[in-house]
Amino acid sequence: MLNHVNIFYYGDIPDAGGSASENNKNNFAEVNWPLWEVFIRSKQGLDHKHVGSLHAADAAMAIENARDVYTRRMEGVSIWVVRSEDIHASNPDESGMLYEPANDKVYRHPTFYNIPDSITHM
Amino acid sequence: MAQNPEELFLEKIEDEIKIEPRDWMPEAYRKTLIRQISQHAHSEIIGMLPEGNWITRAPTLKRKAILLAKVQDEAGHGLYLYAATETLGVSRESTVADLLSGKAKYSSIFNYPTLTWADMGAIGWLVDGAAILNQVMLCRTSYGPYARANIRICKEESFHQRQGFEILLTLSRGTEIQRAMCQDAINRWWWPSLMMFGPKDSESTHSDQSTKWKIKRQSNDELRQRFVDMIAEQVKVLNMQLPDPDLKWNEERRSYDFGEINWEEFWNVVKGNGPCNKERLEARRKAHTDGAWVRDAALAHAEKQKNKQRAA
Repeated sequence: MLNHVNIFYYGDIPDAGGSASENNKNNFAEVNWPLWEVFIRSKQGLDHKHVGSLHAADAAMAIENARDVYTRRMEGVSIWVVRSEDIHASNPDESGMLYEPANDKVYRHPTFYNIPDSITHM
Repeated sequence: MAQNPEELFLEKIEDEIKIEPRDWMPEAYRKTLIRQISQHAHSEIIGMLPEGNWITRAPTLKRKAILLAKVQDEAGHGLYLYAATETLGVSRESTVADLLSGKAKYSSIFNYPTLTWADMGAIGWLVDGAAILNQVMLCRTSYGPYARANIRICKEESFHQRQGFEILLTLSRGTEIQRAMCQDAINRWWWPSLMMFGPKDSESTHSDQSTKWKIKRQSNDELRQRFVDMIAEQVKVLNMQLPDPDLKWNEERRSYDFGEINWEEFWNVVKGNGPCNKERLEARRKAHTDGAWVRDAALAHAEKQKNKQRAA
């Protein structure tokens, strides 16, 4: 990665050139904060809704970051965060097959039924 | 009937169905989006610097609080956009690394210096005004996460433009020196703001394919003209002038004619030779380097907490 502070480990000061040798480059390979998905309840009585994602070291930081990134104007009263890697999703390529069982069941909809106009409140 | 994925993709574009991260998309579409969204994100982040320059010197506590909130919004906008970039399969780190190495571009407007307080007004009014036109268009872009990021951005951006105009309005009603300061800022920011819309349609390299894929929905010149028409009217309220002797209402076109942009300056700044290119990148690099220990410490802390929980 770029422009890291050069840390010399005790007893491991390179002979020449000063900074990052090939040898200690690996030590600089940054381990990055994991990705989190953020869900926000905008007001009591409504569902939490996915609003986006962010990086954070742990859940507590993810919630604080979510507050700063996604609720600067009172957009929420409750925040959920979930590690992105813990989310399982359906495959869009298989959506045809996946939803096929619902496709031919028009009788599940109220408009399928013919009721005389004289009937009200139904 | 089985369709090949490219036909299916184009059909969705045709039918105004948004493309979502896990949908099949042409590699060039993905690449274009990665480039465009990450540039947009970098612009928000670099865009914090010229204004950050004035936070400690804002004339009143009210203006200082407003400017802080605005700069914080820009950080937020950068983050929405970085997150949208990540949905295309590039890591945050590599996107940021491209900015820091100078490989990735950002909007050239932020390579101009902010010399006076009036620049905070001109940036809000002109620079954010130009950005809003672009972002309003992008609310309807074909890639779902990018469209959603822009909708969020637009909701917050209109305060930016209004506070900028109000700064200039206050100056325009002030002393002679304040009025001169107002005019000077308009003079310096007008042309760079027009350049924000990018090269002319006849010379833009990306627009054509982007329009077919509905990433862009209006051309550079269309947006630029709308901006000129808007600003040419608003400037009257300030009792100021736009620094263009050729600016003139064209009754036939029902639009303002305006002078030729200095394209040499435009390309020069794009290529890295603007007044502040080096300074901006150095500031970002320094922030990244200085922040390394914070990132490491947070990770170490998280790890430690996890181990503690396990032990308990």
